[in-house]
Amino acid sequence: MNFSPQLEQKFADLLTHYPEGRQRAALIPMLMFAQDEVGSITPDVVTELAKRCGITPLQVDEVIGFYSMLHRKPLGKYHVQVCTNISCLLVGGEELYEHACKKLGIGHKQVTADGQFSLEEVECMGACSWAPAIQIGYDFHHAVSPQKFDQLIDALRKIQ
Amino acid sequence: MLYNAPHPLEVKVLTRRFGLENSASIDTYLATDGYKALGKALDMTPDDIINEVKASNLRGRGGAGFPTGMKWSFVPRNVDKPKYIVVNADESEPGTCKDRLLIENDPHQLIEGVLIAALAVGASKGWIYIRGEYRYLIDIMDKALAEAYARGYLGQNICGRGFNFELYTQTGAGAYECGEESALLESLEGKRGVPRIRPPFPAVSGAFQSPTILNNVETFCAVPAILRDGGPAFSALGVPKNGGTRMFCLSGHLNVTGVYELPMGFPLLKMINEIGGGVRGGRKLKAVIPGGSSCPVLKAEECDLPMDYDSLMKAKSMLGSGGVVVMDEQTDMVKAALRIMHFYQHESCGWCIPCREGTTWLKKLLTRLDAGRGTIGDVNLVGDLARNMLGRTFCPLGDAAAMPTISIVEKFRDEFEAKLANYTAPRAQSSQFVVV
Repeated sequence: MNFSPQLEQKFADLLTHYPEGRQRAALIPMLMFAQDEVGSITPDVVTELAKRCGITPLQVDEVIGFYSMLHRKPLGKYHVQVCTNISCLLVGGEELYEHACKKLGIGHKQVTADGQFSLEEVECMGACSWAPAIQIGYDFHHAVSPQKFDQLIDALRKIQ
Repeated sequence: MLYNAPHPLEVKVLTRRFGLENSASIDTYLATDGYKALGKALDMTPDDIINEVKASNLRGRGGAGFPTGMKWSFVPRNVDKPKYIVVNADESEPGTCKDRLLIENDPHQLIEGVLIAALAVGASKGWIYIRGEYRYLIDIMDKALAEAYARGYLGQNICGRGFNFELYTQTGAGAYECGEESALLESLEGKRGVPRIRPPFPAVSGAFQSPTILNNVETFCAVPAILRDGGPAFSALGVPKNGGTRMFCLSGHLNVTGVYELPMGFPLLKMINEIGGGVRGGRKLKAVIPGGSSCPVLKAEECDLPMDYDSLMKAKSMLGSGGVVVMDEQTDMVKAALRIMHFYQHESCGWCIPCREGTTWLKKLLTRLDAGRGTIGDVNLVGDLARNMLGRTFCPLGDAAAMPTISIVEKFRDEFEAKLANYTAPRAQSSQFVVV
């Protein structure tokens, strides 16, 4: 399995970051970057990265199972993550999450039928002083009201 | 660039470059005393550097508050193994959002702090472990690292002084547990982030089983100022045994929220009323989480205290990671306890049974109590169960889940009782179980 030339370059570079014989250390960054390119961690990605890191596919699988940002199934094109942890909860994070479910018509870890949006209720994302916060993909949005949420989603729907 | 307008009561040491034009660039950094502390450190012996850090009374900003200079002195000198530096930028303690600003606005300050630590222990390589959600910070940090390599502040023969050091970014993939030092090291090595048994501590056997200094972003960021202005000067900014300033992240029911750099020992009530502009909507204060959700909560009447490690310890709480979460009189404390437990249950790595089973059981009990169901016995059980998790796990996550829970049950027991007393069963569903 081949990745884009840019990603291949990134992987080659990554493998030089660690002490001799400890190249397994590149696994988690490789999984994250591969997922960004492929869309999810497919069985092919598992086999390929196992080979490159010199470990078994099973060892890759057990790592994937541990980390909440690694997904075996494709997410929506726009992965909407709403924080409802304590700082967000206090200023409307839970209401925002309920609003997001209604607006997108899906629940926790579900994907819309057209594959455009997925939703996840997430734990603290480090935006507590600008709560309630959401992330769409890797982009942070701070102090999100239901109205602001609708504007963000409507703008993304127009792009399609 | 993300940062809030400065407050006149702030003492800007780590945040002095926030708001400058291109504050993240090496040119801005060099124009504002950047890498001067490194020059100074290159003329010092490792012992002198460590003594300077000891004199600063800098304590670990990640949460535990261990004296940084002492931590560095634990790295053995005469061993053949390479030595490493690891930066903990896996900021994920609920209520905490400061490391993000330090990297975004002034990444070179972090690089310089790491370089000084490397000189202090003779390290040759380092990694900045950044939580996966902070992808944009990896781009900012990689850019800063490239600048530092290009200008001779990283790589071979740094500043022409025969000092070699390589520094890389490493991304996490979503796991609160990886903020715990030994779990972070496991994750750095490409494994599941489960904690290691200690001893040996990372100073002796850390990354790749080599001696390692592992500190929080904010801790490393304080180091250039310590070398530049001297340890005693940094120490004098704070209170005895609690040197310097720290980043306080104000969130919750305040008129003004944000991240502010204040001297150690800054009074909590002054922080709430003057920096935070008081409680929102003119309501009364009910409780404060003083340092991230792992800390026991303080009732309003306990909040008249200075914010330093020792004062918080005396009040049976912790200064933690600087996440100050303010709750007003209308806050449902049972619900707050449930949400906090929901988090720890989700994030427990499953390695130690008291934590894995305890957090799950507590979440179930609290869900039932929040719904007004259950009995007074369940309220007692929550407290008992949490107390039995304390000190019975390899890493502090079990304690972190237990401590706020114990404090909420003890201090706000009346709210649990009120929920039980006010419960009216929905008709035709009176025997319904709460399914979790």
